[in-house]
Amino acid sequence: MSAPTFLRRPNRVLSVYAILFLAALYFPILLIPLFSFNTSIYVRFPLEGFTTEWFGQLWDRQPMWDSLWASFKVGVPVSILSTTLGVLAARSIARDRVPGRSAVVTFIMLPLVIPTLIFGVALLALLSRLGVPLSLYTVAFGHLIVCLPFAVATLLPRFEGFDRSLEQASADLGEDGWWTFWRVTFPLVMPGIVASLLLTFTISFDEFIMAFFLSGNETTLPIYLWTQLRFPQEFPSVLALGSLIILFSLPLILIGMWISRLGLHEDTTKEAKT
Amino acid sequence: MTQTSSIDPQLTSRPTRTSGRIARFLRRNEGLHSYLLMSPTLIILTIGVIIPCLILLVISFWTRAGIGFDTMPSLANYARGVNEPMFGILLGRSFKISGIATIATIAICYPMAYFVAFHVHRNKMLWLILITLPFWISYLLRVFAWKVILGFEGVINSSLLWLGWIEAPLEFLLYSPTGVIITLTHAWAAFAILPLYVSLEKIDKSLLVAATDLGDGPVARFFRITLPLSMPGVIAASFLIFIPTTGDYITPALLGGPDGMMIGNLIQAQFGAINNWPMGATLAIILMLWIAAVAVAFLYLTRLAQARIA
Amino acid sequence: MNGNDAYISIRNVSKFFGTFQAIDDVSLDIAGGEFFSLLGASGSGKTTLLSMLAGFEPATSGDIFIDGQSMDLVPPNHRPVNTVFQNYAIFPHLNVRDNIAYGLRKAGLTRAKRYDMVDEMLDLIKLPGYGTRKAHQLSGGQRQRIALARALILRPKVLLLDEPLGALDKQLREQMQLELRALQRKVGITFVFVTHDQEEALTMSDRIAVMQGGRVLQVDTPAGLYESPNSRAVASFIGNMNFFPGKLRRNGTAGAVVETEGLGSLQLPDAPGGQPDGARVQVALRPEKFDLSATKPDDRPSVQGHLANAAYLGERSHFYIAIDGREEPVAVSAQNRLRFGPPPGSDGKLWLSWSADAVVVLDAE
Repeated sequence: MSAPTFLRRPNRVLSVYAILFLAALYFPILLIPLFSFNTSIYVRFPLEGFTTEWFGQLWDRQPMWDSLWASFKVGVPVSILSTTLGVLAARSIARDRVPGRSAVVTFIMLPLVIPTLIFGVALLALLSRLGVPLSLYTVAFGHLIVCLPFAVATLLPRFEGFDRSLEQASADLGEDGWWTFWRVTFPLVMPGIVASLLLTFTISFDEFIMAFFLSGNETTLPIYLWTQLRFPQEFPSVLALGSLIILFSLPLILIGMWISRLGLHEDTTKEAKT
Repeated sequence: MTQTSSIDPQLTSRPTRTSGRIARFLRRNEGLHSYLLMSPTLIILTIGVIIPCLILLVISFWTRAGIGFDTMPSLANYARGVNEPMFGILLGRSFKISGIATIATIAICYPMAYFVAFHVHRNKMLWLILITLPFWISYLLRVFAWKVILGFEGVINSSLLWLGWIEAPLEFLLYSPTGVIITLTHAWAAFAILPLYVSLEKIDKSLLVAATDLGDGPVARFFRITLPLSMPGVIAASFLIFIPTTGDYITPALLGGPDGMMIGNLIQAQFGAINNWPMGATLAIILMLWIAAVAVAFLYLTRLAQARIA
Repeated sequence: MNGNDAYISIRNVSKFFGTFQAIDDVSLDIAGGEFFSLLGASGSGKTTLLSMLAGFEPATSGDIFIDGQSMDLVPPNHRPVNTVFQNYAIFPHLNVRDNIAYGLRKAGLTRAKRYDMVDEMLDLIKLPGYGTRKAHQLSGGQRQRIALARALILRPKVLLLDEPLGALDKQLREQMQLELRALQRKVGITFVFVTHDQEEALTMSDRIAVMQGGRVLQVDTPAGLYESPNSRAVASFIGNMNFFPGKLRRNGTAGAVVETEGLGSLQLPDAPGGQPDGARVQVALRPEKFDLSATKPDDRPSVQGHLANAAYLGERSHFYIAIDGREEPVAVSAQNRLRFGPPPGSDGKLWLSWSADAVVVLDAE
């Protein structure tokens, strides 16, 4: 029910607050690209001059390219795997009246709430006891643990809003489980799957803690960034790299969030006015 | 209908029994079928979550011996954890920092959530995306940005100096608990907005209309209706911020300094430079126990708040 | 009905959801080509029974036979049965043509052939040319017909319809009732139709099963249910009914007499089955079976009463007549053949009369 007029009166104070809030929220993030073009190696006002030399420096750094490639090697499989498992899990949770549902959901969502640090050291302990050497594979496993809850959280609303009678209709008309999934379920949850792929990739791409504890010789981009932070004279190149990371992540996140919100209203077919 | 009679008259399926005992068994037991689908996820989480934590628990009862472990179970680590003041102080400081950051975040985000819930009528989704977007950008970068802002020669200091408002750079901003709190507040703001927004959005507007009908002005309406009804959301948001920030590592490491060090740093050090894994495990377990206790407290609070409403 | 003629045979089926019993030992036989309705209030189990026919719910005990074959453990996609769902379940991501042709994938026909069949169907449901429309561009009535076409194109032997007309407005609903009935006669398929609307069931069905609390109370033709209900539950579910408590007295083989509260002693030419001499019974009479007159009729049983209340309904009027020996007035329904006016004798005493063979004797409950 829409609120009556007196509740909808615009509130000047709150509107101003909202603008300030958004400004304060984005200001620190926008500083990074801002100063990445600054000639001074110190990050301070007033700005000195405009330059793109920091970006140029980045280009020549092989370690940076190596870690970038490593991040992709980890991120793509992690996003695909976590999304696939997330689809299976979300479907079961949403569809069937299984006993212990809420316990399972809570269990799956645990990594979202508990500090990643704890999971990081715990996994490190496990791997060391098993004698498994640290490598990108171990990092990928750690990322899988972190990304699974996000995948399930993104996909679950889509499966829950899914009209079960559509699957029943498909079965009624002759299709078995697999065909029903491909012809009806999958197309309708596609937006959720795309969103999950994008978001889990972004999470893995930017994830630091798990990578920090579980990396072997090859490291991912955030780790590279971290090592560069040790050296104050590298600040500008860190800024440049940071700007590029933000630039790259932004469209992925935007599309992912847009898609995941969007389709939820699309599924319910609207009555025509005829 | 007669034109198509040349085709097999019954296009609907002929009844065949589901092949295989397994398939039939699955059909009778929907629950089992579900769990089978979920099993890869559950298995991975078991391997990745439960087993490592169990191992951590086991290791916490060991002690360091040279480069290896003395696997005789002992409570030595726990004794140290309880008796040596440093651990208690660090843990307490971590909770204090998290607590203040949580309160600050909720206080700052609540009006914003209120604004989007009650005063935005078109493009709500756009606002929500805008607000939560920063949370998806690399945590490391966001903390680094604050390091830049709060630094000795950082943005705040250099601007204030340039404007002539201060004589010497402010020192308390960086490498201090204050810096950590400010950074945490900003970093988790986007995470807090959602539960606050959801609980405010869910409030039945007709209740507010009724309150006005009975004589309340906007301020009274807020304190008597809106605020109490949004309490579950406030508690949920507090929970969602407090728990992860307690164990944060990046923020105190980058800009905490010695005074702003938190338990996360110590745990990491045990697994790193200090190389006392059992002690690190012990600290992690202690932290988990405290988190569990806090979680129970939050659940209890939520139940209380919901009992008052429903 | 002989069990051997039945196309669908439901045998002693029960269904439990946990500890809740939704279906209690139901047995039904449905003939081929019949328009059969399951009529009941919500919670009566009618939709559950339909789900079990379709195969979406396995029976806890008992079996269902279609065309002589047991459907135990046969999944829904392998049954010779198609369903029209309550909310139509039109696939939102497919257009009308692909929706209707959905079940034809397994038939191995060429695309052209499939689309020809779809066009035929569209003509049948009177929506020619709608093939490329998307689901959200259709109204409720149109979607209902698409759902129907989608099921019928597979030429099932049995069509299940789960309250398909519930979401339509009154006029459209009445129109669709006639259309569905005509369609069923034309196509010759067995329809099993679920509804809670007794008028709808009476209009469309060859036979109706009245359900309550997971049990079948009575299975009969519409006229049979209306004129000869077997219990108070059925009698009051369909239409309105007056009930008069009484006691049954048998005269050997010469029929029986019921001494009622209010209507006096009723002679029953045929002794009704079952109840022993001296048993407490209820006599039931429909409101329209009564006549009102100013003088005592001499060819039928009657009692005296006076007008307590009246209601004008346009084509008919409802009169409530108070009689001795009964607290509640008797409901009488009369068609307004002449222009509206009070019933004869309403200024004083009037006579309430009825025909003896309109009387139904039920067990007291």
